[in-house]
Amino acid sequence: RVSSDGKPPKFQPPPKPVIIDRKTQKEERRFLSPEFIPPRGRTDPLKYYLERKDMIQRRKVFNIPEFYVGSVLAVTAADPHASDKSTRFVGICIQRGGKGLGATFVLRNVIEDQGVEICYELYSPRIQAIEVLKLEKRLDENLMYLRDALPEYSTFDVNMKPVPPEDHEEIPVNKLQVRMKPKPWSKRWERPKYNIKGIKFELPEHKMKAAQKWSQPWLEFDMLREYDTSKIEKKIRKELSEELEK
Amino acid sequence: SITGACGAIQKLTRVRVVDNSTLGNTPYHRPPKCIHVYNKTGVGKVGDKILLAIKGEKKKALIVGHKMPGPTMTPRFDSNNVVLIEDNGNPVGTRIKTPIPCTLRRREGEFSKVLAIARNFV
Repeated sequence: RVSSDGKPPKFQPPPKPVIIDRKTQKEERRFLSPEFIPPRGRTDPLKYYLERKDMIQRRKVFNIPEFYVGSVLAVTAADPHASDKSTRFVGICIQRGGKGLGATFVLRNVIEDQGVEICYELYSPRIQAIEVLKLEKRLDENLMYLRDALPEYSTFDVNMKPVPPEDHEEIPVNKLQVRMKPKPWSKRWERPKYNIKGIKFELPEHKMKAAQKWSQPWLEFDMLREYDTSKIEKKIRKELSEELEK
Repeated sequence: SITGACGAIQKLTRVRVVDNSTLGNTPYHRPPKCIHVYNKTGVGKVGDKILLAIKGEKKKALIVGHKMPGPTMTPRFDSNNVVLIEDNGNPVGTRIKTPIPCTLRRREGEFSKVLAIARNFV
């Protein structure tokens, strides 16, 4: 190497190695199912602790995969009256409700031009298998507006092949804006109380403005409605990791 | 104007006939309506028989799906579906394309002929 002035080049220390600790990062980001977080109230935490024990017992025997509202699932449930004794239903998860052992999720699909929704209980012993065909999130937590959207947004092929997830770090968010059937809808989705981001509203401007009349901007600053779950989540994650290692 | 669905099927609910019978599929200026539910309560759920008024005639029908959410693990349909039936239980149509809930299979004795013409089960 030819240097200026014939002197040796200034000593450049080697670049510091950047250590990305993937293990700790993964542990922090591991998914905690929303039904583990107890609701805000005055019930004895012992009740939720006992429920969590039963939930963990069930999860040890039967695998409940990680999924979000907006992912496509296939559920095989036991049915004494069907030939083969089991029925399989494929659909998009539009809502996850309930806490503890009564946690439910609603799957929606359109079969032969007929929209069908089934509400399954996550911890029911009648469920034999849950497969996630497509793991993704949507812009909203509740996709009930799909009932008033064009049926093409709720149709999913029953024999669809599972799509393998790409990244192990982040779950893809589908920023799809859904087109709706003409009004009247089952709920007035344009109102700010529902706070829906996943609909492409084709309503005239004056109607959108009139809907803002029902906005309650003080709600997000209401301190009595706050529910900080960070400490509770930490405790529950610790409990879960201890129990699952046993 | 069309009111949103309040409950399951009762008197004066508009229903959708799901089989391929001529009576159910020919267009008429009035939609088929329920005029009586054969039940102790006047509310019809899946598997109940009702009396329909179609094209100026009275016809019995079997409820195969309604908009009201039922017990968990049972399907909820986006329209009130009904299959036309004779007095002795024989279905009028020959094929049912729309999905039928598996809970009807429990009453195999009464509805065996209707289940035989059904194609998809949910």
